[in-house]
Amino acid sequence: MELLIFAGLALVAAVSGLLVVVQRHAAYSALYLSLTMGALAGLYILLGAHFVWAVQVLVYAGAIMVLFLFVILLLNLPREEVRWAPHDRLRIWVAVGLAAILVGELALALGLRPGGEAGLAPTPEGFGTTLTVGRLLFTEFLFPFEVTSVILLVAIVGAMVLAKRHD
Amino acid sequence: MPAPLEAIVVMLVKIGVVFATLLFVAAYLVWLERKVIADIQVRWGPTRVGPFGLLQPLADGIKLFFKEDLIPGHVERALFLVAPAISIIPAFLAFAVVPFGGTTTLFGLLDTPVPLHLADIDVGVLYVFGVTSLGVYGIVLAGWSSNNKYSLLGGLRASAQMISYELSMSLSVVGVLLLVGSLRLTRIVEAQEGYAWWFPQLLPIPVPNWFVFSQPLAFGIFFLCALAETNRAPFDLPEAETELVAGFHSEYSSMKFAMFFMAEYINMATASAMAATLFLGGPLPPPYLTLLFGESALLAPSPVWFVGKVLLLLFVFIWLRASLPRFRYDQLMTFGWKRLLPLAFANTILTALLAVGG
Repeated sequence: MELLIFAGLALVAAVSGLLVVVQRHAAYSALYLSLTMGALAGLYILLGAHFVWAVQVLVYAGAIMVLFLFVILLLNLPREEVRWAPHDRLRIWVAVGLAAILVGELALALGLRPGGEAGLAPTPEGFGTTLTVGRLLFTEFLFPFEVTSVILLVAIVGAMVLAKRHD
Repeated sequence: MPAPLEAIVVMLVKIGVVFATLLFVAAYLVWLERKVIADIQVRWGPTRVGPFGLLQPLADGIKLFFKEDLIPGHVERALFLVAPAISIIPAFLAFAVVPFGGTTTLFGLLDTPVPLHLADIDVGVLYVFGVTSLGVYGIVLAGWSSNNKYSLLGGLRASAQMISYELSMSLSVVGVLLLVGSLRLTRIVEAQEGYAWWFPQLLPIPVPNWFVFSQPLAFGIFFLCALAETNRAPFDLPEAETELVAGFHSEYSSMKFAMFFMAEYINMATASAMAATLFLGGPLPPPYLTLLFGESALLAPSPVWFVGKVLLLLFVFIWLRASLPRFRYDQLMTFGWKRLLPLAFANTILTALLAVGG
């Protein structure tokens, strides 16, 4: 049953991910990206990380992608033309080759793990619950947490300075 | 019936009941609104169609169904057709975790008591906020795909408003979460049982332990943000009929327009349900009734109390629409970012100091 749900969500995530890059109009790309985020959120639930699911939907799919969409919609971009150029063939072969290398590496990494599949550590009690995540954020990962908020502040200030009207 | 089959049937029946109730609410909330606003404005509301105009929603539904379904030629078809669906689905989804009753045995028909909520997930509060923030997509896409200045502006204003007020809404709830210690909605309801021991005994009747009394500022902020989230007056500039034609749903007709309309009213109901659960104790009865009437099966947590509280909040929504003029857009944004957000932060800090400190 879980495998079925996983297969469905993974399929949606993979297909929307692919569709992000083959759209002619950027707005559709942003929407498919949101769909990919949603499917990833579903995969987080299967891993038992409920809090991350909620935050992914609330923040990533529900706020960040909406703002992306705002910008794209306001830019009023024309549809892209699809034309084949002679060097595109080479591009496709390079992409396929690199993808094959990546898949091979993944298979090797999983296979060479000590103990194979059984070597993956069992999840500790309370994994993924809000309590655990909150506790970790304020104890072990406090410094990265605070640094991230400073980074976001810097980004906001930078955006305001760049977008300022110079009268 | 074997146990798993019975569980599935019970769940399907619950889903059916909640869904049907929401559709009923979407229709009759319009009737209630028209009647209440008419009363406030000293005139009759709908009176012709059926007794007290009660069949008016039916007439409106039939009208909308039979209207010509126009799709202008210049729209982005795929998004135009999908936007109403994206708008209405989150409105229904949010109700999946709201506890609308205690447990029931359907007057003894069932062996095991059935809890009256559809799902009791660990991150209930975050689920509701996450799902309602997906409703913004419907509005943005409707505005843009209509390929029309007014719709685009209306859509962008509406979504900017919704995103801005989402922040203050979530922050105001943090105060409640600090007092409860859990994100489960059923835990939050349980935490509101009994009397408020900390409230000074001013009145002859003791005060229930509902969070509206321990977090009045949070309740105020939550309610105002709910008004803005659902694009209700006085924050209804996105659909200001006098200014933007009809805002983001100008180009929609017939059932697609009906879907946007229903989505707005169901969002109102969802916001009221969340306010009732988080601040007014949800399905809990006022505990001083047990003092007056003694222990009674009628005073168990039940959907009756929940519906009563939701109706009260919906009445306040409608009352505000009838009474207040509209905010101008810059006033609206100033209010959300410069007044409500600092207040919500202040409330969180104060609650943290009082609850955790002493």
